[in-house]
Amino acid sequence: MDKVIKGKVWKFGDDIDTDLITPGKWLGSPELKDHVLETEDPDFPKQVQKGDVIVAGKNFGCGSSRETAPEALLQMGIVATFCESYARIYYRNSIGLGLPPLIVPGVSKEIEKGDEIEFSFETFKLKNLRTGKELQAERIPDFLLEILEGGGQEKILKKKLKQKLKELRAKKE
Amino acid sequence: MVRPMTIAEKILARAAGKEEVKPGEYLIAKIDLLMAHIAAARIVARFMGFPAKVRKVFDPEKVVVLEDHFVPAPTVFAANAQKMIREWAFKQNLKYFYDIKAGICHQILPEKGHVRPGMLIVGTDSHTTTYGAYNAAGTGIGDTDGTVAAALGELWFKVPETIRFVLDGKLPKYVMSKDIILKIAGDYKADVACYKSIEFVGKAAEDMSIASRATLSNFSMELGAKFAFTPPDNKIIDFLKGRTEKPVTSDDLVKPDEKAEIEKIYELDVSDLEPQVACPHTVDNVKPVSELKDVEIQQAFIGSCTNGRLEDLKIAAEILKGHKVHKKTRLLIIPASQEIYKAAIKEGIIETLIDSEAIICNPNCGPCFGAHMGMLAPKENCISASNRNFKGRMGSEDAGIYLASPAVVAASAITGVITDPRTL
Repeated sequence: MDKVIKGKVWKFGDDIDTDLITPGKWLGSPELKDHVLETEDPDFPKQVQKGDVIVAGKNFGCGSSRETAPEALLQMGIVATFCESYARIYYRNSIGLGLPPLIVPGVSKEIEKGDEIEFSFETFKLKNLRTGKELQAERIPDFLLEILEGGGQEKILKKKLKQKLKELRAKKE
Repeated sequence: MVRPMTIAEKILARAAGKEEVKPGEYLIAKIDLLMAHIAAARIVARFMGFPAKVRKVFDPEKVVVLEDHFVPAPTVFAANAQKMIREWAFKQNLKYFYDIKAGICHQILPEKGHVRPGMLIVGTDSHTTTYGAYNAAGTGIGDTDGTVAAALGELWFKVPETIRFVLDGKLPKYVMSKDIILKIAGDYKADVACYKSIEFVGKAAEDMSIASRATLSNFSMELGAKFAFTPPDNKIIDFLKGRTEKPVTSDDLVKPDEKAEIEKIYELDVSDLEPQVACPHTVDNVKPVSELKDVEIQQAFIGSCTNGRLEDLKIAAEILKGHKVHKKTRLLIIPASQEIYKAAIKEGIIETLIDSEAIICNPNCGPCFGAHMGMLAPKENCISASNRNFKGRMGSEDAGIYLASPAVVAASAITGVITDPRTL
């Protein structure tokens, strides 16, 4: 995980649910990526680029436990999300997959679509490079930061299982 | 002295092996049960990437797997996913694998006695909060967390704050627990319980059947809740009687301490409550049914983990008896489980529903998640007893979904417009 993120903003409103992010009818289809968030912004699936970020209002990711939501954003190149608040399961899934979900009070008022932002994991400050305005994000607890820095839950689990395997083998010898 | 704790705090403290816990604290807790449905396919795929010798679930008796989405399989893709899960379940020697044969997960787990008071349960379905009606801490997770839970039997948790809804009074005829939770969603909005544990208390909550309470706990997820408990009382013990391996007694019930920290208390007298309807496209866009005039509907749906239980079918049959579904409307009814289906046949409910020209489908999630049966065409409206009305949730993005109680759905199916069952 980079200590500093610089990226172009895609902007969304409040209560962006998991069906809007990954519509049910495209789940499991290779075409899913062409429909991510399309009802909210038809440009998004067409023009999103690696290194872009999402800014949104409150309750981002509400709805289903569908992990396809943060997963699709990650696959499309999104490197972080900056929202007023998140729905619980989405937040867990995003941490688990290694996509940093930042909580930034006031973010939906200060940043617009197409703005460039810079964010530091040292200070948790988010800067709008167009306006120069700086916002303070909530610090992600170390406990969860470790999961993000470890590349997500699956990678960490794999390490643990490999360790377990080593122990099993050592016992045999 | 140990600090006074809420139900959620007590269960998390026990599962984490701690004397006490506080809201905001992060901890690692042992889980008592993992439920996985279609998302198990993604857990299986992740397991494939692990070294073969350690590719095992933490306890084959504590991982319950079943199929309820896409049942029976409508596509080769779904059939393949189900095949993958099936083969994995047998290979892992899972003691409880219900395949496509039982019904919707949140009804099957309590029915088959897997849910006990005081348990910490995670499920790969957001509506796992339903188990709060049985005094268990149930919460939804994604499939990465599901994989960790399956392999290690433990997960990280943040201890939630607890809020209370005091439900006083007595519900009028044809006004149901669904109307209460929709009223709460409308008044306090969809993030009122974000990251919080809910405790429903008060006379109206105590008077409710387990099925009605399950609707409250289930729909609480739509308000952002992590857990949602209804009163811990004898009704739970009665429901679970003969279902659990070891009998449940009153000693098993987890009750909050008197001086437990409650972040906020909301009060609602339900005595004069009118049926409520959540209008497109958010669950908190709620209006009393009387304000919806001439909203035509083409589809009506009673089922899902929210409202597919016997009392829901019963009230629908009572309202539909002697009537026919409107000629411009179709009514889909899906019992939540085979047990409920069988009971509904025995009680003559299914016959009444069929006589009214309702369509009965096999127990499964049905149109609720928008990828299987009963999808909506553009410009169609559906009145649904399920839990989500997001844009495109049941098919076309240009369709409108209205959420309501089974009583309102049944009445609306008769008239073809959204209707208060008390006016029929």
